[in-house]
Parts: sequence; structure tokens; C-alpha cells
Amino acid sequence: MLKIPREQFDGLRAHGEAEYPQECCGVLIGKLSDGSRVVKEFIRCRNSQTLMADRRYSIPAEELIAAQRRAREQDMDIVGFYHSHPDHPPQWSSHDLEEAHWFACSYVITGIEKGRAGDTKSYVLCGNDEETKRFDNEEIEVLTEVGA
Amino acid sequence: MKIYLPTPLRPYADKRSVVDAPGATIAEAMRSLTNQYPDLKGYIYSDDGNVRGFVNIYLNDEDVRYLPAKMNSPLHDSDTLTIMPSIAGGSNR
Repeated sequence: MLKIPREQFDGLRAHGEAEYPQECCGVLIGKLSDGSRVVKEFIRCRNSQTLMADRRYSIPAEELIAAQRRAREQDMDIVGFYHSHPDHPPQWSSHDLEEAHWFACSYVITGIEKGRAGDTKSYVLCGNDEETKRFDNEEIEVLTEVGA
Repeated sequence: MKIYLPTPLRPYADKRSVVDAPGATIAEAMRSLTNQYPDLKGYIYSDDGNVRGFVNIYLNDEDVRYLPAKMNSPLHDSDTLTIMPSIAGGSNR
């Protein structure tokens, strides 16, 4: 399960709307707790794709390094990533799976329909290696309590 | 020399996020890492022994691929290495 505070959940969806018609992308940092990934913060990243950015995304490595450092400084970890699918459902694609290498992390996708955020889905990268990897559906729990 | 490991590599390294791996060069430190935790090899290296294309290795804030000596770059005690798999994807639209 992915547990994410309302403010973070709304924020990553708004990022998708802001970047429309291009794909947005970012990093989720937090902690693992009882098998769930608990998000504390989302970090907006630049989509470094210069061609077909309406259907491709890539997070610059230097921004990943910075996110990793930020997580480490707060005694947290990178627990997942998010991106958007402009005018396309939030179903993982063959390209998403091919480019996914962070096992046991969440991959959150928001469908952006004509500039407005639609459904948001999450998938966990499972398997043991590049040959056996797969995405499993993951439930999202949006936390609304103060201090969640 | 400390090597920072990302979340997906930790199951292969006793759940450690950072490993001490001595070496005079990046290649030596990486060899020390995989000697300590052999299960990491399959994730980091392809069958031909080269670092997989999606695996980025950073010396401090520098991508090793862009260093003049690449994996043979010398290391100092205060240096850190970070292994960072890439993040990309996109819709089939």
C-alpha cells in the first residue's frame, strides 16, 4: 500500500496539470512501514525529455542525486516516483515497465485529461531482476489526519 | 570510501544504505563492494561485465561516465560514490 498525505497527493496531481500537455515527473520520499510506503514529501523534477515529452519522461540524474541526499538528511528514503499521462489513462505502459529499475518502489501515474487531473493509480515494481520484473497494482491511501 | 546504495539494491547488501568499500580507483571500490556483496553483481553489471546502461555511478556529484578516466578515476578518503538507477518511462499514447 502507498500512504500519502492529502497535501502531497493533491500536489503531485497539480504538477501534472501544470505541465500539461507534457508529462510531469518527480520523486516520493518517505519511509517503509509495515510493508507500506509512507510518503512524507514529493519532489518535483524536470522532465529532461526534449523529444516527445508529451509521452515520455526522464528524471535528470543530478535531480535524483539531490533527492537521495535530501531523503538521507531527513533519515528517509526514496520510496517511489510519479509521472503523468497526458490525455491517456493512468495505466502503466510497456515503456514504463521497460524503464523501471527501482524494485519495491511505487510508480504513481495520474491521467491528465484535457489539462485536468483524472484518476491516479499506483504500481509496485516486483520481481527479482530485469527478466522477471512486473508491475503489481497498489492501493493508495490518502491520509487526511493532521500530522499524518 | 563510502558507497551509497539506492533502495532497490539494499536487499542484496544486508539492507545497508551505505557500505565501506576501500579502493584507490572507482573500479577498485566497486570491486570491493561486489566482493562483499556478490548478489549485487547481477543488478549492476550485464553479462559482458560492463555497467548496465540504466545504472548511473556518481563520484560525489560527477557522473563517472563523463570523468576523463571514467572507472579508473582515483579516489580520496573524503570522496563518496552513489549508485543511482535511472528513472524514465511514458505512455503508449
